[in-house]
Amino acid sequence: MSTIVTDTHSAHDAHDHHDHHPKGIKRWLFTTNHKDIGTMYLWFSLIMFFVGGSMALMIRAELFQPGMQIVDPHFFNQMTTMHGVIMVFGAVMPAFVGLANWMIPMMIGAPDMALPRMNNWSFWILPFAFLIMLSSFFMPGGAPAFGWTFYAPLSTTYSTDSTALFVFSMHIMGMSSIMGAINVIVTIMNMRAPGMSYMKMPLFVWTWFITAFLLIAVMPVLAGVVTMVLTDKYFGTAFFDAAGGGDPVLFQHLFWFFGHPEVYIMILPSFGIVSAIIPAFARKPLFGYASMVYATAAIAGLSFLVWAHHMFTTGMPTFASLFFMYMTMLIAVPTGVKVFNWVSTMWRGAMTFETPMLFSLAFVVLFTIGGFSGIMLAITPVDYQYHDTYFVVAHFHYVLVSGAVFSIMAAAYYWLPKWSGVMYDTFLSKLHFWCSLISVNILFFPMHFVGLAGMPRRIPDYALQFADINAIVSVGGFLFGFSQLIFLAVCIKCALKKGEPAPAKPWEGAEGLEWTVPSPAPYHTFDVPPVIK
Amino acid sequence: MSETPEQKPQRQDNSRVITRLLGSVIIMFAFGFALVPLYEKFCEITGFNGRTSNTAATANYGMEVDQTRVVTVEFHTRVSRGIPWEFQPEVRSIRVHPGEVKVVNFYVENRTGKDVVAQALPSVSPGEASLYLNKTECFCFEQQPLAAGERAVMPMQFYLDPDLPAHIHRFTLSYMMYDLTDQVRVTTTASRSE
Repeated sequence: MSTIVTDTHSAHDAHDHHDHHPKGIKRWLFTTNHKDIGTMYLWFSLIMFFVGGSMALMIRAELFQPGMQIVDPHFFNQMTTMHGVIMVFGAVMPAFVGLANWMIPMMIGAPDMALPRMNNWSFWILPFAFLIMLSSFFMPGGAPAFGWTFYAPLSTTYSTDSTALFVFSMHIMGMSSIMGAINVIVTIMNMRAPGMSYMKMPLFVWTWFITAFLLIAVMPVLAGVVTMVLTDKYFGTAFFDAAGGGDPVLFQHLFWFFGHPEVYIMILPSFGIVSAIIPAFARKPLFGYASMVYATAAIAGLSFLVWAHHMFTTGMPTFASLFFMYMTMLIAVPTGVKVFNWVSTMWRGAMTFETPMLFSLAFVVLFTIGGFSGIMLAITPVDYQYHDTYFVVAHFHYVLVSGAVFSIMAAAYYWLPKWSGVMYDTFLSKLHFWCSLISVNILFFPMHFVGLAGMPRRIPDYALQFADINAIVSVGGFLFGFSQLIFLAVCIKCALKKGEPAPAKPWEGAEGLEWTVPSPAPYHTFDVPPVIK
Repeated sequence: MSETPEQKPQRQDNSRVITRLLGSVIIMFAFGFALVPLYEKFCEITGFNGRTSNTAATANYGMEVDQTRVVTVEFHTRVSRGIPWEFQPEVRSIRVHPGEVKVVNFYVENRTGKDVVAQALPSVSPGEASLYLNKTECFCFEQQPLAAGERAVMPMQFYLDPDLPAHIHRFTLSYMMYDLTDQVRVTTTASRSE
């Protein structure tokens, strides 16, 4: 990215005058301010992270020993299902939307998001979606128990009535995501400050821009699939019912046509975050800015051509298997370009290791491990062994927890001084990092081995030979879970403004318009657009 | 927000982008549903999902039997969950020359105490072979009414198209028997006959 020279003296003057907004609950209910909405998204996702996390701990508690100890199998299935749904749609996606709300206008020199009222709505329907989803626990038969992938016929023939609540809350989440994506695209296309050309945009903005297009393309397909599940279950259609002329495998095609772009929706913004943080703490401009943009676009494009690698064992013709296998492996190329660029950025840089940088470094290493196991899973013949085992669980947790979640943590630490105006507690943040790093590996690395040895996922009991590793994994799970309370403490301290006041630009090597406004960022920024030369 | 002259055209610009994006959302929603018939057509042409034709093939008068090739056809039967029926082929597998007509009988017995209407749905694995399996007569073309305790013999007559790819030496024809008693009350054509 070319160096941004800004002319912000006029912007600074304008800040202090109109900082008035309603106080109390009304401020939050009716706000159209991108910073308020961003904050609400971030807190919401943190709450959902703990809700989904406690379900994960319930799973790990049951799996600590072989045999059935704590929960019955049906409840175990509800836990795996709701853990997945909540972490994907409640924790990771809203966290990215929150970051987009906070940072995109500030990064492109816009006064707010383009569609502020829609922005308010797209946040406020989200808590209701999850309220509906979580209330299904109190129904007869409990919450959905068919896995977050809700494969038919599990979600049609064999599910309880909680499916209806599941479908409606999915619809609401989808609407929220689509509105968020429209907002991001319109903001980026129309509200960039004068001189902010597309190829001068920070990579976080670029990756979100591409992510938003992915959301527009696939969330409606998800809405269609859940609608088909609903009509199959309640209105006598037979989209997925073989007895009525449908095909259950069609469900998987439709679901993964949404599902694979969805996993990139959850990782592309991470690439943007890490591409902002690593140059800041390596004190070098990002290596290969343009190639990063093209690699992101390439990954997004390829994501539509790989969905059936989730379905190798459905008995596809060899040609189809080979096509999806090669396409999947091709994704390693643009991803490799990114990893190469991050490493090259650090090469001979004057590196320091503040907490955001530590999380970003962990991201690069651990995400790459997840990428490698992904390539293993892409190989059709061996996938027959890995399919539906803990190897898959290890793979996607490496890319989602030590990938996406770590990048969100990195982003939080990087921008917390800007959001709150105070420096986070350095000691606690380092403690959080090291506890998380060690425990996440105790938690997920051994899963590779039990997976290769044949332990199936989503089963509450297992063969005795897996006992030791599962005990270790469960210990790692609880350590990781409780380590996140440190993060909560750091966030609360910052929210209560307990900490050293942060300067406008707390990171020496940081680049970008967000550092030209004071910390905490005033309620209104860039009312007068900055000029980028 | 103060409105400077530069922001006015941007407003219009916004609505154009929003319209296009909303249009894309609607198109993608429709696309999801359009995939259903597209997938069906795709499977029909490629044999991707192993379904065989629902209508009788024309008899192969004068078709040359390829004596040089022998293909093993395996039969597999299943009854959908929770239905205590007996449903078996008379043989587990037969060897057949492409072009040669064979008849295989399937036995079914309704062991429940009530009258039912059932239908068997075929599936061929690997799916590619389904394009070359021609059934001139099959119980699966129709629904089977079975009185309580009734037994029936159901014939299936077929031949393989001699164009069957050379690499296919063996394939499986599987039948899944579904209880359609409830659906039949609603509609008389629950099968996907086209």
